[in-house]
Amino acid sequence: MADSDGRQVDGVNHATDKDVKLQEIALAKNEGKELTKEEKQRLRKEKKQHKKNKKDDKGPPEKEKEKEKASVPAPSKPATQSPAHKAAPAPVHASESAAAAEKPAKSKAELRAERRARQDSERTSKQGKKEGGQQSASSKPKATPNELQPVVKRLPEHVQVDDPAALKKLAKKLERQQKSGQGCGLNKTGVEVPLRSDYGYKVSLFSHLHQYSRKSPPTLQISIPATVIHPSIVRLGLQYSQGIIAGSNARSVALLHTFKQVIQDYSTPPNEELSRDLVNKLSPYISFLSQCRPLSASMGNAIKYIKKEISNIPSQCKEEEAKGKLQACIDSYINEKIILASEAISKYAIEKISDGDVILVYGCSSLVNHILCKAFEKQRKFRVIVVDSRPRLEGREALRRLVKKGIRCTYVLISALSYILPEVSKVFLGAHALLANGYVMSRVGTSQIALVAKAYNVPVLVCCETYKFCERVQTDSFVSNELDDPDDLIVTRNGKSHLENWQTVKSLGLLNLVYDVTPPDFVDLVITDLGMIPCTSVPVVLRVKNVDQ
Amino acid sequence: EIHEPEEVSVWFREGSSCCQETLARNQRFTETPVNMPGADKETDLSERIESFLSELKRCGSGAGSLRGSAETARETTALLRRITAQARWGNAGELMEIIRKEGRRMTAAQPSETTVGNMIRRVLKIIREEYARGSSEETDQQESLHKLLTSGGSSEDNFRQHFTHLKANVIEAINELLTELEGTTDNISMQALEHIHSNEVIMTIGRSRTVEAFLKDAARKRKFHVIVAECAPFCQGHEMATSLCKEDIETTVIPDAAIFAVMSRVNKVIIGTQTVLANGGLRAVNGTHTLALAAKHHSTPLIVCAPMFKLSPQFPNEEDTFHKFVSPHEVLPFTEGEILSKVNAHCPVFDYVPPELITLFISNIGGNAPSYIYRLMSELYHPEDHEL
Repeated sequence: MADSDGRQVDGVNHATDKDVKLQEIALAKNEGKELTKEEKQRLRKEKKQHKKNKKDDKGPPEKEKEKEKASVPAPSKPATQSPAHKAAPAPVHASESAAAAEKPAKSKAELRAERRARQDSERTSKQGKKEGGQQSASSKPKATPNELQPVVKRLPEHVQVDDPAALKKLAKKLERQQKSGQGCGLNKTGVEVPLRSDYGYKVSLFSHLHQYSRKSPPTLQISIPATVIHPSIVRLGLQYSQGIIAGSNARSVALLHTFKQVIQDYSTPPNEELSRDLVNKLSPYISFLSQCRPLSASMGNAIKYIKKEISNIPSQCKEEEAKGKLQACIDSYINEKIILASEAISKYAIEKISDGDVILVYGCSSLVNHILCKAFEKQRKFRVIVVDSRPRLEGREALRRLVKKGIRCTYVLISALSYILPEVSKVFLGAHALLANGYVMSRVGTSQIALVAKAYNVPVLVCCETYKFCERVQTDSFVSNELDDPDDLIVTRNGKSHLENWQTVKSLGLLNLVYDVTPPDFVDLVITDLGMIPCTSVPVVLRVKNVDQ
Repeated sequence: EIHEPEEVSVWFREGSSCCQETLARNQRFTETPVNMPGADKETDLSERIESFLSELKRCGSGAGSLRGSAETARETTALLRRITAQARWGNAGELMEIIRKEGRRMTAAQPSETTVGNMIRRVLKIIREEYARGSSEETDQQESLHKLLTSGGSSEDNFRQHFTHLKANVIEAINELLTELEGTTDNISMQALEHIHSNEVIMTIGRSRTVEAFLKDAARKRKFHVIVAECAPFCQGHEMATSLCKEDIETTVIPDAAIFAVMSRVNKVIIGTQTVLANGGLRAVNGTHTLALAAKHHSTPLIVCAPMFKLSPQFPNEEDTFHKFVSPHEVLPFTEGEILSKVNAHCPVFDYVPPELITLFISNIGGNAPSYIYRLMSELYHPEDHEL
């Protein structure tokens, strides 16, 4: 990819350059602000070439260098152009052969900024002529709902901790967000989004995940004033990282309320569109929150919804009106997807609770607690067994809420499960997310409960709102999980705590998993706001939802 | 204002041991006059028995020093040897009666400690065998099936004969039993290399001294990774992990809730147990049933390291005697406040694991399938001794 000077030099390349740029814009819009792998490799190769040329002869004229640079991508461009013009943004293998897999050179940031400037100017010109020869670019977003989605997805960084290249990239991205996402790089105030460092020895099976300590909060490295990150976002991030707000519904609702606050305080800078600038403003906030604690599936869906709503704001809308509309959207999202959904789920679930039931619940799920309270209000006679596990001991919170309502409860730890299960008639479980292959991702220990319940022939019912359905697939609890602070496992009994100095012992590791996945054959029924479905119907619901949107 | 329950139980314990000591003293005064020559031995013997009983009662509640079952077995056998040597008996029948009586008291002191009962039954079988050898020197050990058919008529009056060397024979046999007991852990550990290959991931739960010795022995020659489930609420897995780390074994501690989550990467599950039941099932620490089910789901072999003195002729049908509970304070502490009065909390100590979930038993006499346990039992105990 030549820089602006190169474009002027080589007029022939200008036309093809522009088409490829449009291609890349379309691709970038589909996949976020990142380039595809092939384009990145091409970029790198060009920069490497550039660097080598600079090193070889120190005094050649600028034009000559750029001519060489332009000539190097030129042979690759025609090769890339023809497959790129096709509708599907399939991986471009021709350019891969041209580009060598080498590390980025030092002019990457500079090139990036200039490329962004060019994209912005392209975008404004594109908006001027909407019906222009851009079928290749614009047809793609329209075609996707009716076709199968292409598989090109970006791997989230929080499962790439063992890859030093990915970590370097993340560090650079956070640094870049310091200079704010505004295309021309004008506003250079602010502090960087801090990169949180891992804590302690990680079990080798999980070296691709982050492991943070609660004692070193992410705001340690933030200096005052932190003008890039809104203070309520900082507060929210701290609440996440310290575990003050926990549970996927609570986290999503807190996130949405904080975004409402952010939108309230936002003011569009001059010469900028609210629809684009607000999305750029939100990106460093989201990076900060994911540094505090990896985003949950429900939070991810909420963020996608907000971004879509923001970018759908028409450009002639006044700022106050736009802000009001966005806040109304957020309120309706919370109301529909969380509050009304839980009412609908309770209605379905109460049909499944009969008098004389002994119901087993695990941990603290806001939805399951709501169902049980509603059933108790409807004068159903049942008693509840709350199963809890170390080290989080969330079941005690559920126990308090149920006892306050007046429900008869029993409390055991998860190791006593085989003892208590013969008394149980039904198991109600909450979920953190439902994956597209029917697996249920929930708090660690849920799969165990489902396993033992299956062995004793006790029906297992999972309650989950549809906004938690996600398109990921997963078969085990290793590849994508969250590691909590390992110091939580230390316990003091009889005045002795054996694991106190576990860091000093060479071969000892502590593993504190947060989530696990339950296979669908352990789950008998999923109760959602759309009705009662089997576990394997999750992709059907996802498809229906996509078509609606 | 709420007294800690440990204090209360301490008072009770001290009170009971005080009572027992008083009883023992009274016994000495009332039953045996001091200046008879055999009386010293008897008082000494009964004192030892009483102290053993109070030890059993104390350590069973969990507050005293937890001793391993091997120690209990050894002490029981030593005590039985002393009873054989020092008590007054004329023939085998009387000896068996004395041992049965003391045995009933010992098992009543701590019903969950089954090794005591097992050792008593072993000694009873030894006495029967020595008697049989004494009475009919020429007949060899017959097939047990033949014995079942023919010896239905052997009744108690067979044991009334007096043999001069019976005492010496019995004591010698008990000594053999004691040497066998001392070597059990080593015998089991010697088989470790046959079952663990290099680069394995082995999972275990809680703390078992047998499994610890097993893994340490294998670690001398092979490199492998151990995952220990901590087994709440007592968290004995932590001690196990620190002890294994001392031998440079790569160990990871996981909470009980993560057992199924990590099971897919585990190659073998090796556990210890409190008792092996007559049908091949286990009475093991709580959480073991979940572990066994998870292993079955992933088709991971489940290996139980249990010495033979843990084999008990009980079946798991007795619902009310199977489970043992400790204070629910471990599960829901008193700091939880006002919800405590409205909530039932349970803290069972043992779990039943059915024999279908077990792959292999490794004991001091070798490896066995669970379906073979009933035969081993008939070799160790006589059917009439199953009920003491």
